[in-house]
Amino acid sequence: MPDSTFLDSTELVLNMGPQHPSTHGVLRVILKLDGEKVLGTECVLGYLHRGVEKIAENRTYAQFNPYVDRMDYVAAISNGLGYCLAIEKLLNVEAPPRAQAIRVILTELNRIASHLLWLGTHALDIGAITPVFYCLREREEALKIFEKYCGARLTTHAFRIGGLLYETYEGFEQEIRDFCDMFIPKVDEYEELLTNNRIWVGRLKDVGILNAEECKEYGVTGPVLRAAGVKWDLRKAQPYSGYENYDFEIPIRENGDTYDRYIVRMEEMRQSVRIMRQAVEKIPAGPIMGKVGKVIKPPVGEAYVSIEAPKGELGYYVVSDGSTQPYRCRVRPPSFINLQALDRMIRGGLIADVVAVIGTLDIVLGEVDR
Amino acid sequence: MAEEEPPGGPPAPKPEGVEAAKVPAKPAADAVKPAPKPAAAPPPPKPPATMAATLWESDLATEIKQRFGNQVRETSTYLGQNFVVVSPDSVISVLEHLKLEADFDYLVDLTLVDWPKRAERFDLIYILYSFARNERLRIKTPIADGYKPESAVSVHLTANWLEREAFDMFGVEFEGHPDMRRILLPDEWQGHPLRKDYGILQQDNRWVQENLGIESGQ
Repeated sequence: MPDSTFLDSTELVLNMGPQHPSTHGVLRVILKLDGEKVLGTECVLGYLHRGVEKIAENRTYAQFNPYVDRMDYVAAISNGLGYCLAIEKLLNVEAPPRAQAIRVILTELNRIASHLLWLGTHALDIGAITPVFYCLREREEALKIFEKYCGARLTTHAFRIGGLLYETYEGFEQEIRDFCDMFIPKVDEYEELLTNNRIWVGRLKDVGILNAEECKEYGVTGPVLRAAGVKWDLRKAQPYSGYENYDFEIPIRENGDTYDRYIVRMEEMRQSVRIMRQAVEKIPAGPIMGKVGKVIKPPVGEAYVSIEAPKGELGYYVVSDGSTQPYRCRVRPPSFINLQALDRMIRGGLIADVVAVIGTLDIVLGEVDR
Repeated sequence: MAEEEPPGGPPAPKPEGVEAAKVPAKPAADAVKPAPKPAAAPPPPKPPATMAATLWESDLATEIKQRFGNQVRETSTYLGQNFVVVSPDSVISVLEHLKLEADFDYLVDLTLVDWPKRAERFDLIYILYSFARNERLRIKTPIADGYKPESAVSVHLTANWLEREAFDMFGVEFEGHPDMRRILLPDEWQGHPLRKDYGILQQDNRWVQENLGIESGQ
């Protein structure tokens, strides 16, 4: 027998994923461990790579629109909004005010739906089973509104370049109001379950800290950046689609740990409701489609347009060569760039926290791999 | 191709009314039609073959020009978005200067555009943002095929994965990158899909056959 046994070894390489329930999709993380301590990680990506940017170059501008929904498929409406805004920028047109207001309502509703899925699965990862049922129950109400509006629940293709295709349905405003009234007490209910829960606090406090400097270094945006104390939200910093008309706060926290990111996202859901309430009261009358031709043919040029998606800054860099197809359509995916900070966040932490940190980054692998 | 028609049976009784109002405007030939009349308003009839960018004038533009002299080929603005074209060997010092002196501390994105017919085949693009100024800026640098640009990881850590993706998709290697490997495609994959000469249906058939056991390789 050899002199050394496995008890003498100090380092262990452990493979997590791609088929692992806590990696939220097909993410593979290779962990280097010393006992319970994480010495380093490496992410292996691309299991869901579909070549979206290549597809864009072979479709017309309008044809590519449904494809963007398949990136961040839990926030398809945000993806669609970013894409439509980018092409509208290239065409130098703006959606009519009525379309903008409806876009804002649906995008905020989608933010809530996305955050709810995050909250439910994140709590499930940590070991709390109950919240996921509650979260999916409320998310269902949001999805029903999407379905009534455009016929699809998840990959909605709700917006068109230049505005909207569908008018709102009968009773849309009332359903949004009802959702808002119903939802705020539910957020309080989630908070009651989790915010002061000793296990929850114990598992999240001081875990996966990423301070403001590191966030900027890694290009991390969205709730992760705000939890580190940077008051930055593209809806305020560079408003689009009429966000400057609404009154809302940017929730921030100081420590940049997993618990703060949880608090920030909970507060964001409340702020989304606040925006929806204001928007639904003053949806202007008028057309829903701007002046874009049947054939979308932007002049030669390029533009970068980004929006505040639920996960962070979602950008589209589109280059037009004057034809009906994008010459290049680059997507700046928040999940991909945020995920890069994973190693920094869990190096030196415990293996049990890996799951908490992956959950708190709120990644969607469809967007990471594109 | 035309436009998308409302799929299946989405609800919404109202759209009919709105659509109906528009329909009479396009009677007869719905197959091939000339370019739409009410297209983009500002750019007049036949758009130029090049981007109608104008000179970008500001304190920052002058400062960059003064600091880097003839390394700066162009400072332009298009649709209210500013960009600077610099020569490839000075791009890292430009990024560093902007980060330290002008607060452009956030590298939003790094990407490439392939122009196969040009002598300098690729445009390497850095999109920067400054939290302090609330301003965006694009740095572009044209590089030839086979040229190895210096890695920006020493300036912005974000560049790590972004450069790996750029290498994966375009085959542009970054000099001094700590870990120059593919990121989205398998390590052994042949070809770089976002190059314009890579077909939309093209695949690395051998890889597919060997690793996935699919005979046709498709």
